[in-house]
Amino acid sequence: MTIDLILFLVLALVAIATAIGMLMSRNAIYSALFLVLNFVTVAVFYLLLGAPFIAMSQVTVYAGAIMVLFLFVIMLLGAESLPQAEVLPWQRPFAIALSVILVGEAAYLLITRARPAGDVIPPGQAANTMDNLRELGMVLFTQYLLPFEITSVLLLVAMVGAIVLIRKEKRVR
Amino acid sequence: MVPINYYIILSAILFTLGALGVLVRRNALIIFMSVELMLNAANLAMVAFSSVLKSFSGQIFVFFVIAVAAAEVAVGLALIVEIFKSKRSIDVDQMNSMKG
Repeated sequence: MTIDLILFLVLALVAIATAIGMLMSRNAIYSALFLVLNFVTVAVFYLLLGAPFIAMSQVTVYAGAIMVLFLFVIMLLGAESLPQAEVLPWQRPFAIALSVILVGEAAYLLITRARPAGDVIPPGQAANTMDNLRELGMVLFTQYLLPFEITSVLLLVAMVGAIVLIRKEKRVR
Repeated sequence: MVPINYYIILSAILFTLGALGVLVRRNALIIFMSVELMLNAANLAMVAFSSVLKSFSGQIFVFFVIAVAAAEVAVGLALIVEIFKSKRSIDVDQMNSMKG
């Protein structure tokens, strides 16, 4: 048991427990806060995998911006909890059985078919952070320049779309 | 040294929990959060592969996925607010008619 493995197992337990907590909690605000904890745990996984830039993007964009937007909408709508009314009573056990099948299949196929050999590099042996960031920037702004620019157009369209959806409709007679 | 299989299994478990949330919960906001959880699980698998293959393409793809998720959340939450304004509820069982 190396220290990396212990860290991984503890964080994996936290990640799974917070995901289950998000599913189970009756109050939508608790769900959102569990999901924030899950995102931060995944950000620590990214650091362990030697991807500091992605880890920081995860914390600022996901745990920061996106979840604040979620919490804001939950509080705006006052939709913390819904009255329980089961329309399809057989749906819940059926969904759980399907999920068990899905996790088995996904793990089996990913491990047997799509496995690149080897262990992940521990952070000590990875290149240092500044080298990593420099190389990432080089690849992002040369090989992937066009998708990067298209992303900016996508964000603009999303912003305009959200404003148009929310705007009060003028009655035109 | 953590074998990559552990990361893949963790990613599969998180993805399945997200899919289970979409199937089981009735609150539209929580279904939306479960979709985010699934995106996150896929990102984790991609960063793990990128780390093993020593290539930056996986990390850059994750960066794009994060940007697209931000755009998706902005539009999706606007839609949910609009549905709440017309139906006074975000229970997906009540969204059963095409005309608001």
